[in-house]
Amino acid sequence: MTSFLIFIIFLGWIFSQVFDSPLILYIAVFLAFFQSFISYWYSDKIVLAMTRAKEAKREENPELYRIVENLCIGAGLSLPKIYIIEEDQPNAFATGRDKNHAVIAVTRGLLERLERAEIEGVIAHELAHIGNKDMLLQTITVTLVGFVAILSDWFLRISRFSYKREREEGSEILFIFAILASILAPIAAQLIHLAISRKREFLADATGALITRYPEGLARALEKIASYPYSMKFASNATAHLFIVNPFRGSKIANLFSTHPPIEERIKALREMNL
Amino acid sequence: MLSPVTIILILFVSLFIWVVFAYDRLVALRNRAKEAFADIDVQLKRRHDLIPNLVETVKGYAAHEKEVFEKVTEARTKAMGARESGNLKKMAEAENYLAQTLKTLFAVAERYPDLKASQNFLELQKELTDTEDKIMYARRFYNANVRDLNIAIESFPTNIIASIFGFKKMDLFEIPAPEEREAPKVKF
Repeated sequence: MTSFLIFIIFLGWIFSQVFDSPLILYIAVFLAFFQSFISYWYSDKIVLAMTRAKEAKREENPELYRIVENLCIGAGLSLPKIYIIEEDQPNAFATGRDKNHAVIAVTRGLLERLERAEIEGVIAHELAHIGNKDMLLQTITVTLVGFVAILSDWFLRISRFSYKREREEGSEILFIFAILASILAPIAAQLIHLAISRKREFLADATGALITRYPEGLARALEKIASYPYSMKFASNATAHLFIVNPFRGSKIANLFSTHPPIEERIKALREMNL
Repeated sequence: MLSPVTIILILFVSLFIWVVFAYDRLVALRNRAKEAFADIDVQLKRRHDLIPNLVETVKGYAAHEKEVFEKVTEARTKAMGARESGNLKKMAEAENYLAQTLKTLFAVAERYPDLKASQNFLELQKELTDTEDKIMYARRFYNANVRDLNIAIESFPTNIIASIFGFKKMDLFEIPAPEEREAPKVKF
C-alpha cells in the first residue's frame, strides 16, 4: 500500500514534468495524502476486509486469547482485537491506528503448525509493532516522501526559469548537480522509507523477544513460516508488507526494495541476542 | 549583542523548562510503575480466589488429606494478608510459600486417578497455571518499569529534581528461589 502511494506521487511528478504543469503533481500528492490518512485511520477495517479475517471468539480459541492476554500484560498494552484468517500458510500481522484500536490477525495455519513458544514469539513481535507505534511512523514517512517530491519539483521549476534568464560562467556544473539531486531525491526518499521499515522490523523482533525473554521461539517460528512453500491466497501487494513474513513465495525482490529484512538475517540477529 | 540581563533571563527560563520536563518524566515513570503493580495485584487476587475452589474439589476425592488442606489454606490466608499490607518482600515470601504448599497439594492429587480425570479439577488447574503465567508477566513488566524509575532517580541530573520533590526508589518484585518461578505443574 505504501509503495503504491509513493508510486502515485512519483507518477504525478513525472507527468507534471512532461506536461510542465505542477497541478498534476499537487493532485497526486493530495490524493496520496488523503488516501494515506484514510488508510491510517481505518487501517484495521480496510485490512481485515482485504484479508478476509474473522474475529476470533474467546470460547473457540481460549489458548490464543490466553497467549495474547499474557503477552499484553508483559508489554503493558491493553488487549487488542484478535482475528483469524482461514488460510493454511502460517503468518500474522498487526494493524490499527493506535494502542486502543489495535488488531492482531493470525492465520489458521499459524495456530496449527506452530508450537506455543513459537506462537508467543510471533504475537510478541506484533504487539511490539503496536507498542512501537509503527503504523503511525509508516504514515508519517509516506507523507514525508511526498513532501520531498514537491520540493524537488519546485526546485526544478525555479532553476529552469533562472537558467534561461542568466547564464553565468562556471555555474553549469553546480546546476547540473542540483538538477540531478532533485531528480534523485524522491527515489532516495523512497529508499530511506524502505530502510526505516526494515529497521522497525528488526526492532519489533528485538522488542518481542524482550517481552517473551525467549528469542529462540520467534527464530524457530520465522524458520517455519519461511519454509512453508505456498503463497497466501488472500494476501495482495497492498497488504503484503504488514505480515511478519512476506506471504508471497517464489518472488525474490531485490534487497534494497523490500520492506522486510531477509529472514536469515532476522533469525541470525535473534539467535545472537543476549537477554 | 545580548545584554547580560537577557542572557540570565534565558538561562533561567531554560532551567525552568528543564525542571518541568524532568519532573513530568519522573511523575510519568512513577505512575507507570504503580499501574504495573496494580496488574500484579489483580492477578494475585485471582490466584487467591481460585484456591478455595481447588481445595474443595480435591477434598471431594481425598477427604482425609487434612494436613495438606490446612497448610494450603493457611498459606493462602498469609498471602492475602501480605497482599493487603502491600509490602513487597512479605508478598514475595508468602507467594513463595503458597506455591510450595500448592505443589504438595498437586502431588497429593497425583495419587487419585478419579480426581485427576475430573473436568472440574482440570479446569481449575489450567486456570491456576494461567494465573501464574500472568503473574510472571505482570511481575516482569512491573520490574522493568521500576528499573526505569530507579535509574531516573539515581542518575545525574534528574537525581537533583528527584531529591527536591521527594521521589523515592521503588522495590523490585522478585521471587527468591529460581525453581519457585515455575508454576506447579502436574504430569499426566
